[in-house]
Parts: sequence; C-alpha cells; structure tokens
Amino acid sequence: MRLEEIRNILGAEWCGPRPNGADGADREVGSCHASDLMSDVLVLSGVGSLLLTGLTSAQVVRAAEVSDFAAVCFVRGKKPQREAVELAEDRHISLLVTHLSMFESCGRLYARGVPPAVAVQGEGNCRTSK
Amino acid sequence: MPDEQVTKIQEMAYELLVREVMTKEVITVAPEARMSDLREILRANRISGTPVVQDGRLVGMISIEDFIRWLADGRPDCPVAGRMTREVTTIHDDEPLVQAVNRLERWGFGRLPVLQRGGERLVGVITKGDIVRGLLKKMDVDYRQAEARGARSRHVFNDIVADRSALVLEYHVRGSDFARAGAGATGLKTTLRRLGIHPQTARRAAIAAYEAESNLIVFTEGGRITVQVAPQSIRLEATDDGPGIPDIEQAMQPGFSTAPPWVRELGFGAGMGLPNIKKCADRMRLDSAAGKGTRLEVEIFMEPQGESQRDSAEAVA
Repeated sequence: MRLEEIRNILGAEWCGPRPNGADGADREVGSCHASDLMSDVLVLSGVGSLLLTGLTSAQVVRAAEVSDFAAVCFVRGKKPQREAVELAEDRHISLLVTHLSMFESCGRLYARGVPPAVAVQGEGNCRTSK
Repeated sequence: MPDEQVTKIQEMAYELLVREVMTKEVITVAPEARMSDLREILRANRISGTPVVQDGRLVGMISIEDFIRWLADGRPDCPVAGRMTREVTTIHDDEPLVQAVNRLERWGFGRLPVLQRGGERLVGVITKGDIVRGLLKKMDVDYRQAEARGARSRHVFNDIVADRSALVLEYHVRGSDFARAGAGATGLKTTLRRLGIHPQTARRAAIAAYEAESNLIVFTEGGRITVQVAPQSIRLEATDDGPGIPDIEQAMQPGFSTAPPWVRELGFGAGMGLPNIKKCADRMRLDSAAGKGTRLEVEIFMEPQGESQRDSAEAVA
C-alpha cells in the first residue's frame, strides 16, 4: 500500500517539509506495528513497515531507525521533537501525524488489510549468559 | 539453512509485493468455453489451472483436477462454468508476498488470482513458482549490493598488515540523559554500514547497543560502550560503576524490571532489554553484583558468507 493511501486512511498530515517520491507519498508500506515501548520496536523487522506511536521523542525515531522502519506516524496529534524530525529526514524515514487515537489508527489500518509487522526470530546463537 | 538466511527471506517476503512477482500475462478462459477444449488450453500453455473471466471480472477458477473429475464422472460436455470453483480465494496486488505464501499454504492451492485494489479487476496470477523466482531474484540483487558495499570494508582490513586487527569505537553514556538515548546505537549502525558490514549484522549490533545504552541511562550514573569491529566478529562491551544487578537470573527474565513508572512512561524499562540483547547475540556474558557495577559483553559473528563465498562469486564474475 502506498504511504499516501495510509495517510488518507488515517487522515494524517506530513510532518516537517513534505517529502517527495520514494520518501513520501510513493513509499510502499506492507505492514504496521503500534507501540510505545522501545524494546518492542527494537525486536521487530521494520523493513517496509509503519510504526504507530504515542511517543514523540528522538529516542523513538532512533529505535525505528535501528529496526529499519520505513515510516513513523504519531497518534493523537502529537508533534515530534525537532531532533526527531531532523533524524528522520537524515535517515529517510517518513513522518506523519494523525489526530486519531492509537486504537482507532490501528483499527482503520487493520480493517483495510494492513498486516502486523513481524518479530525477527532466532537472530543470534546465544544460548548461555552468565 | 542458517537462521540469518531464514530471517532475510522472512524480511523479503514482507518487503516484496504480490504485483512485483506475479505473472501478469494470464491465460484465462470464458465461462462459455467447453470442458472438452480445456485440456488443450492447459496443455498448450503448460498450466494446471486458469481463472475464468467474464468482462474482465473473475467469476471462478478451473483446474486440471476439475477436468479429471469431469472425465471420471463421465458427464457430457458442458461449459466450464458448470464445473469451475466459484468461491475463489484471491489476493490484492498491493499485499506483501507473505500473505500469498500464507494463503497458498493454508488452503493448499496451487495458484491465487490477483485482483487490483479498488477496481477488483483480474491483473495477474501468483503461484509458488512465482514466489520462489521473485525471492531468488531479490536475493541476487541484495547480494550484489552487499558485494558492492563489502568491497570497501574488505579494503579497510586488507590494507592493514598485522597478526590481528580491529577497529575500536567508543561511546560515552551519561546517566539519566534520556534525550540522547539511542544516539550511540544509531551512530554505531551508520558506522557499521559505512564499513560495509552486512545490514543484518549491523542491526543486531545496534539493537544490543541501544538496549545497553538505555540500561546505562536508566540505572546508572553513566558508563561506557566499547565496540570492537574485527574481520570475524563485532564485540560490544558496556561497563559502569553503578548499583549492579543483585539477581542476574531474574534480570534476564523477559518483562522483569525495576524501572520506576516515570521511566516507563518514556518508553523504557519494559523489562525486555537484556532478553533483547541476548536474542541479538551469538555470545553474551554479564558480570555484576550489588554495589560493584556491571560489565556486559556481547559478541556478534560476521556473516557466514566469509571470504570463500565472496571469492567464488568473484571468480564467476
């Protein structure tokens, strides 16, 4: 699904200067995850995924960046901090802001067939820790 | 198959869309086509089933099994419409490949008709063969890109004449400095990618660094993360003189946390930090005692696609 379509479903606005082409409307998003916990975001493979979150700090964009998320949408109309926007621009992560709640955002996307993002499994071979 | 490769394929199955791998030039039949003609249509096109289409809209599917059943029943010739499956499971062209895999697996189908989102027009067909071909093609492209990046990192290490070489990166973390949380990890990831480290390996190191960084910020007055990048592995070490961990086994339990509520409100302290680190690591060691500080060591091996595979790829090129 194109990010533009997701933006319309969520009634969301672009955050910061409107990104174009592959960083913006034309970006393909195949799945979604919603969380306010950094550790949750970190265990996921965010490739081609949208992150819905209520946190607006730079940390959450950093976590999204580490997990290769394609886009982040902030819920309840919360605008992200400046550092978060700058980081997203630098790393080509699209940012959106919706006035919908987390619940409604998830519901709308799920109803339109957007599947959940996958947890990355069995990455390391670590069996022991002391 | 190593876990890494499975993960990579999983990722690609989410990344690729049905329309990128489906067969677009679809052989279709009209509902009025005769069953007696079906065998020739399937044989001539080397297919085992085909969508039945009327005015561009999908009305059913007819397969070789339907044909055999018709023969076995010994019924007189009839239009395809009389023997086709009418309730067809379909997929949209903008869905990720993984959905197609799931649907084919779940129902045991050989093929899925692909509909255009919105118009619901038939735009293609996807089979297991299409999926395998699509994944292989994507792997090939990714591998070539990794090769191009790899050239640089190999260069860095190849130019060094020593019995052992490693690149040491150090990150200083201040306690309670939430604004900077994850800054070291993103910096590390960028650096590793620039060095040509495989994206999966770079990401695992960055996740471990992010969690280690968060722990230093939440629980200590500050500490240091040292990352040693060697040709065979990445070793990450996080040390602090903080309060220490009284019960390591308990700290390793997913969800166990001693973080105060206000820390949780910032999205940290969910009790998943150490378990996440362990998940990313090939080796992990945690030394700590109450009042004695903590020392965490994590080792992540480089891709098994070592020199031998690269060399053979070069030989082919």
